[in-house]
Order: sequence, then C-alpha cells, then structure tokens
Amino acid sequence: MAADVRVPIESDADIVTARQQGRALAATVGFGNSELTLIATAISEVARNIVEHAGRGEVILSPTEANNSQGIVVVARDQGPGIPNIEQALRDGYSTRGSLGLGLPGARRLMDEFEIASKVGKGTTVTMKKWIHRNLTEFPLRPRR
Amino acid sequence: MQVPILKQGSYLIASVQAALTDADLLDLRDRLAVQVGVYRSRGVVVDVTVLDVMDSFATRMLRSIAQILRLRGAETVIVGMQPDVAFAMVQLGLRLEGVSTALDLEEGLELLRRREKGGSNHGR
Ligand SMILES: Nc1ncnc2c1ncn2[C@@H]1O[C@H](COP(=O)(O)OP(=O)(O)OP(=O)(O)O)[C@@H](O)[C@H]1O
Ligand SMILES: [Mg+2]
Repeated sequence: MAADVRVPIESDADIVTARQQGRALAATVGFGNSELTLIATAISEVARNIVEHAGRGEVILSPTEANNSQGIVVVARDQGPGIPNIEQALRDGYSTRGSLGLGLPGARRLMDEFEIASKVGKGTTVTMKKWIHRNLTEFPLRPRR
Repeated sequence: MQVPILKQGSYLIASVQAALTDADLLDLRDRLAVQVGVYRSRGVVVDVTVLDVMDSFATRMLRSIAQILRLRGAETVIVGMQPDVAFAMVQLGLRLEGVSTALDLEEGLELLRRREKGGSNHGR
C-alpha cells in the first residue's frame, strides 16, 4: 500500500498541491478518472476552508481498506477557531463569509463518508472517505441454476 | 501560473495552461477587466480544457469575470469544460448561472460572432 501523504496548508498554492497529491494517491489506489475528479474537488473545498477560516493546518491523505474494498481517507485539520454549530455549517448556503456556503455540504456529497469534529477555540478536523465501487469484483456474475 | 491572454480580432482568448491557484484566478479577472478596454474587445473566451478541478472558488471567479466583463461591454464564453469536471460541479451544487458556455474554442468564437451579428447581445 502507498504511504500516507501530509500536505501543510497555509496558502492558496497549498490547496492546489493538496488536491494534486490526493488525485495522485487515489490513482495509485485504483480509482477511475471521474472519481479522481470528485475526490480532488472535495479536497480543494476542505483545504480552502482551512486557509479561509483557520489560516493554517494540514491535509493528510492515506490509502485504506475495509471489507475487501480499497479506498482513500482525507483528513483536513486545523487549530483554528472551530465551528460552533456543525449542523448549520453543513447546510447548503450557510456561510459566515458571505460566500456560497457549498464547500462542506458539497464535499460531503462528493465523498462516501464524511465527519466533522470541531471545538470552538481548539480547531476542526474533517475526515472524508471514498471507496472504489464496491462489489463489482467481489461478486462475479455466475450462471444461476 | 499566469494565464496568457491573446487577442484575436475583436475578441480576447484566455487559455488556461495549468492548474490555477486562487491568486491566478484573481489575476486573470483583473487583467481581463483592463484588457477588454485596452483592445476594445466585444467578447472573451476562457478556455478551461486543462482544468481537472472546478471548485467553489473557481466557479465564483468565472461568474464574477463574466459579470465584470459584461459591465465593460464584453461577452464571456467559457469553453472546454471536461465531462468529469462538469459532473463534480453538479454534485457539489455549483452552477455557472448567467455565464455562456460552449464545447470548445471554435464553438465559443462562433457563439460570440453570432451574438454580435444578432445585435441584441444576449437573451437573458
Ligand atoms: N476549518 C474551519 N474552521 C472554522 N470554521 C469553518 C471551517 N470550515 C468551515 N467553517 C465554517 O463553516 C461554514 C460553512 O463552510 P462552507 O465551506 O460550507 O462554506 P464557506 O467556506 O463559507 O463558503 P464556500 O466554501 O462555498 O466558498 C463557513 O462559513 C465557516 O463559518
Ligand atoms: Mg468553504
């Protein structure tokens, strides 16, 4: 299995690095092209949230495996101001910056699993996973009788 | 990496060559706003064929480019959006409302020409 990748996030250029590294790692895990784009886009959103709302932090990318499925885990964490109301932050259109408010809910739609842990004054950790199409190879079609 | 802006007749073509940072997008917006005035351009094509990610910031920037250029008297057409990128944008919930799109550069230029001939510049 490929090794974990840690990308420090401090500026807008790091957002590009994080999504490129994420795409590269996901490709070695075996994701197809359109899924690579979904993963890279989700990484872009959580990494930008670090720059915009927390100032600095990091994105950690790792391959994962469960129940015979291969996948990727993306952890975006910072020690910024934290999110007081996570439910609200996950709502489409909610933004404290007058922005589109689509980053978090959108990233959640792009990935298979999505979790936020946040403490006001302590920081935020977003953990997202995506799995390669389960079952396609596990259940080869067999003639029934 | 700075996006080169080429002049072709009364149009400008901004052809994205590599992944763009937020700063690159802001720079593109600012230079286009100035250059449509310098070259008295009636239309701008932004070619995003090489972009493999279009996130919320990039979408917001393309929309604001189109709005600013319209106020400067020029129409904007985004061309070359890849199918995977379009798919991810829709999932994310992003729309390019009020921004014209075309399949590729040729179609984009054709769209601008048609609009200019048609007199009324847009049907929105
Ligand atoms: N890492 C973070 N630290 C602190 N607050 C955050 C963080 N990420 C998100 N938030 C809060 O959650 C809100 C919603 O985030 P989301 O990414 O959905 O929208 P946005 O960043 O405001 O706008 P957009 O991403 O659409 O440009 C933000 O406005 C911000 O208040
Ligand atoms: Mg955001």
